[in-house]
Amino acid sequence: MSDRVSPLLQLKDLTCIREDRILFEQLNYSINAGDIVQVEGPNGAGKTSLLRILAGLSAPYEGEVSFQGQSIYQESELYRQHLLYLGHLVGIKGELTAQENLMFNLAISGLDDQTAEDTLEQVDLLGFEDALASHLSAGQHRRIALAKLWQSQAKLWILDEPFTAIDKKGVLKLEQLMQSHADNGGAVILTTHQDLQMPTERYQKLTLEYRFF
Amino acid sequence: MTNSSSFTPTTLSYRRAFALVFRRDLTIALRHKDDIFNPLLFFIIVVTLFPLGIGPESNMLARIGPGIIWVAALLATLLSLDRLFKNDYADGSLEQLLLSPCPTFIIVFAKITAHWVITGLPLILVSPLLALLLFLPDNSYGALLLTLLLGTPVLSFIGAIGVALTVGIKKGGVLLSLLVLPLYIPVLIFATSAIDTAAMNLPYSGQIAIIAALFVGSITLAPIAVSAALKVSTN
Repeated sequence: MSDRVSPLLQLKDLTCIREDRILFEQLNYSINAGDIVQVEGPNGAGKTSLLRILAGLSAPYEGEVSFQGQSIYQESELYRQHLLYLGHLVGIKGELTAQENLMFNLAISGLDDQTAEDTLEQVDLLGFEDALASHLSAGQHRRIALAKLWQSQAKLWILDEPFTAIDKKGVLKLEQLMQSHADNGGAVILTTHQDLQMPTERYQKLTLEYRFF
Repeated sequence: MTNSSSFTPTTLSYRRAFALVFRRDLTIALRHKDDIFNPLLFFIIVVTLFPLGIGPESNMLARIGPGIIWVAALLATLLSLDRLFKNDYADGSLEQLLLSPCPTFIIVFAKITAHWVITGLPLILVSPLLALLLFLPDNSYGALLLTLLLGTPVLSFIGAIGVALTVGIKKGGVLLSLLVLPLYIPVLIFATSAIDTAAMNLPYSGQIAIIAALFVGSITLAPIAVSAALKVSTN
């Protein structure tokens, strides 16, 4: 790691083109430890595309993303140890029970899967441990996926629409969790169409415009 | 001000990652029994229809038996390939697997191995029974089992490359067959040739050696190709 303090995540001249349309061009931004960044913009502005690029799932048309000064493409395995990404598809298997889903999600990220039962309590799913996920609702699926956040050791959280289908109380709880994560030196990047409840000086906004060409 | 001590980067041993993904895929398959029974049923139906269509003449059946069993096994595998990544892709768990801290190679290797246990292994177990139905000579049973044991993993591993390339396409079924079938031909040729040779009481170690080489080559190289293809498909 370099001696000078490099930002946690640095975006340099990022350009993304989808279906012959420029979503964003020459985007420069840096995210430091302790930051909460809300990416906002109308539908089709490229929020999800940006988040996927930051997670290393898609490659940008141009530009560079670096994590603590190192390119995320060259050091992808190292980067993935520090990253938690949740897309708008939550990756919950209907054939497995809530607890099995969470245990797998925890274990595959290298976390202790014995905490699964306690973690389910955090997301108000106690009593549904042994229910097959295919019998649960969309909001409950998302809760199972989000439960991982309570155990996560990842520095950087990238969350695409984490509040979809979550009730008000749940949203509040999640926001508190994000704040304490940031207070501990982590960083959160999220997209949401709702306004965050936390004080405005606590988070930054990254606004993407809808472009026609 | 950065307090990095509160985060410990997570690591995962390769063996544990393999076991986790393998166990998960088997559990899902066992709860979703179609995955196991469809290819197996297809295999049995195709093989049992041949004596009805051609007539129960034992010489003729014994002559074409190895080909029938192998072609049926090949098509049954092709039929089952679609499920390898499609569901995971559709519900987003493929992304999560690709972002896991352990190398994609291990995860892909575990998924394909689980696929073979679910679809290839039952075919091998039921094949002696079908060989009996086709009047295969006694001395070719060993060759039949050996070629299936070495050959069906090759089908799963090579097929996985095709699936990984087509997983993002809505109707990739035909494309998948076109991509994968030419690569299956060598296995088919050498496997049936080995069984024919064995039926004539001649040594068939040459053919087995070639299939074994394909086996070793595909289990080491295919997961690398699959990982790369999945990255492209999820882009």
